[in-house]
Amino acid sequence: MSEKTYLQAISDGLRTEMRRDHRVFVLGEDVGVYGGAFKVTLGFQEEFGSWRVIDAPLSETAIVAGATGAAMMGLRPVAEMQFADFVSCAWDHLVTVAAKQRWRAGTPVPIVLRLPSGGGFSGGPFHSQNPESSFAHIPGLKCVCPATPEDAKGLMISAIEDPNPVLFFEHKHLYRRIKGEVPDERYTTPIGKARIHAEGDDVSVITWGAMVYTAEEAAKMVDASVEIVDLRTVMPWDKQAVLDSVRKTSKVLVLHEDTRTGGFGGEIAATIAEEAFEDLDAPVKRVTAPDSPVPFSPVLEKAFIPQADGVAKALKELISY
Amino acid sequence: MAIARVAEPSGSLQEVKEWGLDREDLLQMYRNMLVTRGVEERGHILYRQGKIPGSFYTGRGNEASAVGVATAMGSDDVGTPLHRDMGVHITRGVEPWRIFAQYMGRADGPTHGRDGNVHMADARLGLLAMVSHLPAMLPVAVGCALAFRIRDEQRVAVAWYGEGASARGDAHEGMNFAGVRRLPVVFICDNNQWAYSTPTHLEYAVEHLADRANAYGFDGVVVDGTDVLAVYREAKRAIDKARSGGGPTLIECQTLRMEGHAVHDDAFYVPKELFERWAERDPIERFRTWLRSNAGLSDDEEDQTGAYVKKLLNDALQKAEESPQPDPATLLDGVYATPEDLDTPHHK
Repeated sequence: MSEKTYLQAISDGLRTEMRRDHRVFVLGEDVGVYGGAFKVTLGFQEEFGSWRVIDAPLSETAIVAGATGAAMMGLRPVAEMQFADFVSCAWDHLVTVAAKQRWRAGTPVPIVLRLPSGGGFSGGPFHSQNPESSFAHIPGLKCVCPATPEDAKGLMISAIEDPNPVLFFEHKHLYRRIKGEVPDERYTTPIGKARIHAEGDDVSVITWGAMVYTAEEAAKMVDASVEIVDLRTVMPWDKQAVLDSVRKTSKVLVLHEDTRTGGFGGEIAATIAEEAFEDLDAPVKRVTAPDSPVPFSPVLEKAFIPQADGVAKALKELISY
Repeated sequence: MAIARVAEPSGSLQEVKEWGLDREDLLQMYRNMLVTRGVEERGHILYRQGKIPGSFYTGRGNEASAVGVATAMGSDDVGTPLHRDMGVHITRGVEPWRIFAQYMGRADGPTHGRDGNVHMADARLGLLAMVSHLPAMLPVAVGCALAFRIRDEQRVAVAWYGEGASARGDAHEGMNFAGVRRLPVVFICDNNQWAYSTPTHLEYAVEHLADRANAYGFDGVVVDGTDVLAVYREAKRAIDKARSGGGPTLIECQTLRMEGHAVHDDAFYVPKELFERWAERDPIERFRTWLRSNAGLSDDEEDQTGAYVKKLLNDALQKAEESPQPDPATLLDGVYATPEDLDTPHHK
């Protein structure tokens, strides 16, 4: 074990697989000489060479489509979008080609798409989004959203091993802020299994990504035993873990950094209503960003991204219901 | 002024032999063109009989272009043919009965009823199934070529698109990336002059689409897409060049789409004289004439070939009609791949 930042853990997972499996290669803008905009692949080109750490032109379509073609020829591409927001330029190749190719034509597309996502540092409308729910809606795609360094490494390795297109949402606000013990050896973290971040009895918070830490902070502000369920992967999502927690606490808050309408929290809330209605002692509550683009100004952004005090207020309402 | 090279027409039997085709190869190409047209003509009948759900697309007029290019491909090469390129599937060895089953949405079609018309491919034959979004498969083919380059394999990817799809950004990004990395890919533009109802002057403002190759740092060639041997020669040159590390080529095959965009479209917007003029250059008739005057194609051989094609298609139709409907219980199978799915020739 050694202490690593969330960012170092992602690098470690990727490097581990590149050393182990020669089919794995990296493709993206500025990933080579520069080591990536956030330095996840710093030093990779020196170690693996310029045909395994490929500096692509500014061409998100060519990056994702290129990864798709290479994957169908037997390689294991890990493509990087410089910011998750830019994946909109490659929507077609993820959604039209990669997601459907196995189902309709029998050709699996084992690619990983790294997506630095999330706000909290005045990135504005085009460098801060959390588009996981858009892709969770597409049959054929998997979406993982690790919150801890240990999961970041384990899920990166699982994502590379997976025979499907996997979108790896790495929260930028966690990159250097979050540190933790990470096993040095190779291990996988299963896709589709939640993690209980904190055990509790009175109320459950279902969340993922950076909001795990917001929930943790909020839990300290209320006089109750709060269970925090870190989904870790949004598609597939661990329905059983959510229902188990709901049955235990009878009160549930769904929390995400993405905007409200059509956010993945709606799916979770609907499932709880369908399958655990009799176990509930209060209506399911959602805390999310409001339905607007992500603002630039720190004052506005603070009002946009769910904050611990707002989450604590919602928890108190649930507790006293 | 044109920048791309304009290819000369096909030559004598002796020249053709120098490009690597013997007489049997030529007869095989002729059969493939006949089967291609025959499959689509039978498809038309099936459609009118109400046996094909959805719409129906053909590539009449494009048989030489498709068969010419596919004949020049090596067995380990891969391609992403589109909806006018039935001849590629036929040349690579897709059995006609499976195509009819595909048309009718049956369980034995290459997509087992999950997708329709020419949205199909047999990956074992080095083909990747197209999507409706054109030219989305073009940068995917570039990705195949990237894999070949990374692994230092002597393989080539062939990417098809049309003059309509040339207007989309995917074409630019794919060609630019291929040019920058000198990847082993050959771009085939089926320029059939009409993108649904939109004529070429509303799609692009250069003289030839192949002129654009120059802007991406590789060669462009314009070839008569009704001349199967000229298409073969240019495709062979480009594929050989790509295989030996010479980078991409863009080949523009000029044809006319001899029918509407799809079966519902009578192409009223295409001037009659244009159809009449191009009908005189029917690719199959042209090749038949060439074979008779240059390769001694006899009446007997023509009769035998005709009978062979007729029987092949009759048998195929019967077999396809016997293919079961897909089982609705299988709808969710394969939405997500399993590790065992990677045990394919493509993922070796």
